[in-house]
This record gives sequence, structure tokens and C-alpha cells, in this order.
Amino acid sequence: MDYISINNLCKTFQGNDRSVPALQNINLTLSRGEFVCLLGPSGCGKSTLLNSLAGFIQPSSGEIIVNGQPVKYPGPERGVVFQEYAIFPWMTVAKNIAFGLEIKGTSAAKIRESVDTLLDTLGLREFRDRFPKDLSGGMRQRVAIARLLAIDSPVMLMDEPFGALDALTRRTLQDELLRIWHESGKTILFVTHSIEESLYLATRIVVMTYRPGTIKCNQIVTMPHPRDPSGVEFNELKRDLGLLVMEEQERHTSDEMKAL
Amino acid sequence: MPARFKSLLRGIAMPILLLIVWEAICRAGLVSPIMLPSPSAIVSKWIEWLRSGELLLDVLGSLGRVTGGFLLGAGLALPLGLFMGASPRIYEYFNPIIQVLRPIPPIAWIPMSILWFGLGNPPAIFLISLGAFFPVLMNTIAGVQNVDGIYLRAARNLGAGRGAMFRRIILPAATPYILTGIRIGIGTAFIVVIVSEMIAVNNGLGYRILEAREFMWSDKIIAGMITIGLLGLAIDQVMNALNNHLLRWHRGMDN
Repeated sequence: MDYISINNLCKTFQGNDRSVPALQNINLTLSRGEFVCLLGPSGCGKSTLLNSLAGFIQPSSGEIIVNGQPVKYPGPERGVVFQEYAIFPWMTVAKNIAFGLEIKGTSAAKIRESVDTLLDTLGLREFRDRFPKDLSGGMRQRVAIARLLAIDSPVMLMDEPFGALDALTRRTLQDELLRIWHESGKTILFVTHSIEESLYLATRIVVMTYRPGTIKCNQIVTMPHPRDPSGVEFNELKRDLGLLVMEEQERHTSDEMKAL
Repeated sequence: MPARFKSLLRGIAMPILLLIVWEAICRAGLVSPIMLPSPSAIVSKWIEWLRSGELLLDVLGSLGRVTGGFLLGAGLALPLGLFMGASPRIYEYFNPIIQVLRPIPPIAWIPMSILWFGLGNPPAIFLISLGAFFPVLMNTIAGVQNVDGIYLRAARNLGAGRGAMFRRIILPAATPYILTGIRIGIGTAFIVVIVSEMIAVNNGLGYRILEAREFMWSDKIIAGMITIGLLGLAIDQVMNALNNHLLRWHRGMDN
């Protein structure tokens, strides 16, 4: 039985003068503990797919089943890490991490314990009582990840979470995410437009087509972690995937030219 | 420290110069003391006023009315603003009435407020609360409507229900706007208190400067005006401190 199954999912956005087909007949299944990257140019509907899975977007047709339950609303069992961090600026780091547990009514002692553990896990201990405004982008995204780990979402949906970070910070966070994934066995769906990032992280890469978004290919990546971005296999895959993604990128570009 | 000291000196130099010129003009007999009393006369009048105990009563009277009226006005505006900001339907119900009532200056309500509430504190409190009500209301609505959707989505994702969403997300996210509204509201309340004391009550700073006019006590009028200014400054300082504390998380609020 598949842990996550997306069946015949379609989503059309209704504009004033025209409708945009964002997703068309998406069929995708994920097993428990997989790390899947959704790869494609902007406008290919990968974020729409992730937001449907999160429950923020209602599909036009089709269904999403997670752990036997159809997805209708957003919920803590499908945690989201947003590109814009979305940690609450009026709460300290510790309060941000504790938020999901406080909502659930977890006892203060237990909350304190998990927060302390997570602060250590993500190297945030010195920032415990700081507000997000004092934190760098990388640190903010660590808080966002810790906030999800606190509520122990079995599924983590990550929407270009490291897109706004510099290359070195990104690599550090990728390594930490892999460590967390190995230790926790969570199922991760990770949206990115970076071929290299998807190859560094994923056990499977799903390439999407540009408008309407469909699944172009499902590439299983068997290389063991940690992966060497300068290795032969890595670069062969990178070239193959690059060709696929560029086809879609070109359709994106020609669409934009037409719009002019 | 020397730089701060220098800037302090520069800040003091102008007022001192002004006072000296002013005193000199008065002492030279260039203007009548009724048109423009000298600074020293104002100070001695102020001390006399303070010693009689009347000044304290006037200050407390004005402050009490501002506080009471403001708490009433803001206390009604805040929940209404939160609901109007959060619910388009409630907004549609109330917005037309508010748009019509809002441009009417509190001063224009004076005749009706005397008819409704008679003389004394009730009409004053009514007018002051009216002055505080609209700024707090409008800013609270804007604050709630401008909460970044990403925080709402993140909170829903983390399992927040309606109550937690309101208390822990919407209210704090709207706080910068609400505090702006409170600041404007207090400013308006302070203007209205002086006016309302001139018509309906028999103590308070507004009443006192009007009373002094009856007797042509220009020195007392100006002493009263300066007291009003200092009181306004003090209220503003308190608001500033509150602002800095409540918004210590806010970008650009480093202290």
C-alpha cells in the first residue's frame, strides 16, 4: 500500500479572461521514507502540487490519499517548510518551535524538553531567546524545520526551502536535512528548480512539464548518501536531467516571448 | 558622550535665547503684560498655581477624562476592528455606517452630547471616546486585513484552530497597526479633552485656561498651555516606551 497516492489530479486556475491549466492528470505515489524531489522550471505546477498535498489548494478533480485518508484541509501530519521561512516574527526562536506543541496542549515540561533537544539538533541553542529579525536566512530556515520536527509530522513538504540561501549555507542545510531524514525516516517531498540540489538529496526525482504540469519522468537515484557532486554518475545524471528540464524551460521562455 | 553633550547644548541654546529675548521685550515695556506676559511672570504664576493644589487637580482631572474616554473608545473599537478585519461579512455590515460617521469631527458632536448627557463628565467622556474610537478602529481593521497570508497558512499547517489563530497570530501580527491607531487615538483624545473641558466641566486644564481668560490672566493661560504641552509630551513618551516594548520583535525597532 502506498503511503501517499495522488490520483488523476487536475488543477485549473480561473483567471478573468482565461483559465490556466496548472496540473493535468498527475499520478504519483510515494512510499514511506522516500525523499522525492519535484523538479521543473517555474510555472510547471510543482508548487501547486505541493500546496494541494498540503491542503492549501483544492484540486479541480482527482484526489490525494495520505496514509489512507483523503486530504481535505491543511494539517500537522503534513508539515510544510515555506521558501519565505514563515516563522512568526513576534515569537522568539524557542516560542516558534514550541508553537505546534502548545496548540496541541502538550505539557509545559514536555514542550521544554523537545524544544531543548531541537535547539541542539539544529544548532540553535544560542538563539533560543532571540527574535527572527536577528537571524540570518539559514538560521530562520533551521527554526522552520525545527518547528515541524517538534510536531513530528511524518510527511515534510518543502517548497524551495533553500532557494534564497547562499551556496555554502544551502549545502550545510542540505546535509543537515539528509541527516534528519536518515535519523527520522520521514517522507519528504521537496520542490526545487535546481538539478544539482535534487541530485544531491533525492532518492527519486520527478521531472514536471511546463504548463500544463504533467509528470515527464520519474528518475530513481540509487547513489548512496553523502553524494559527491563531482562524481561521474552524479554528472551523467545531471546532464540527462538537464536536457529534460531545458526542454521545458524553452517552452516556458517561448511562452513568455509570446506574452510580450 | 561629548557628541551627545554637544547636541544637548545645541538643543537648549535656542529656547534659552528665545526666553531671554522674550523677557527683555517684556521688561522694556514694549508690549502690555496682558498681550504677552513675561516668562518670569508665567513661572511665578505656575508656581502659585501648583502651590494652591489646584494645578494637580486640574492635571488629574484632564488625565482622568483622557484615560476614561480613551479606554471606552479604544475598548469598543479594538474588538469591532478585529472582527471587521477578519470577517468580510461583518465588514460589509458596519463599514457604510462608519464611513459616514468617521468624517464628523468630535467637536461637531458637542451640542448633541450636551443634550444627551447634560453637563459634567459624561459628555466629555463621550466626546473623548469618539475621538479615540475611529483611529483605533480603522487601524485595527487595516492591521488585521494586512496580516501576511503566509503566517496564517503556516499556523493552520501547524494545527492552529480559530482561537489560537486570533490570539497568537492575527493579534500580534496586527499590533504595529493597532499601536499606530492607539497613538493617533490618544492624540485626538487629548485635543478633545481640552475642548470638552471648555464647555461642560469646571476643572481640568481646558477649563482653567478658559477661566483665566475671563480674568485676563494671560500668565495663567500660557502656564496652562505649557502644562498641556508637557502632559502631551509625557503621554507620548509613555506610548513610545510601550511601543518599543511591544514591538521589540519588529524589524527596524532595534533599541
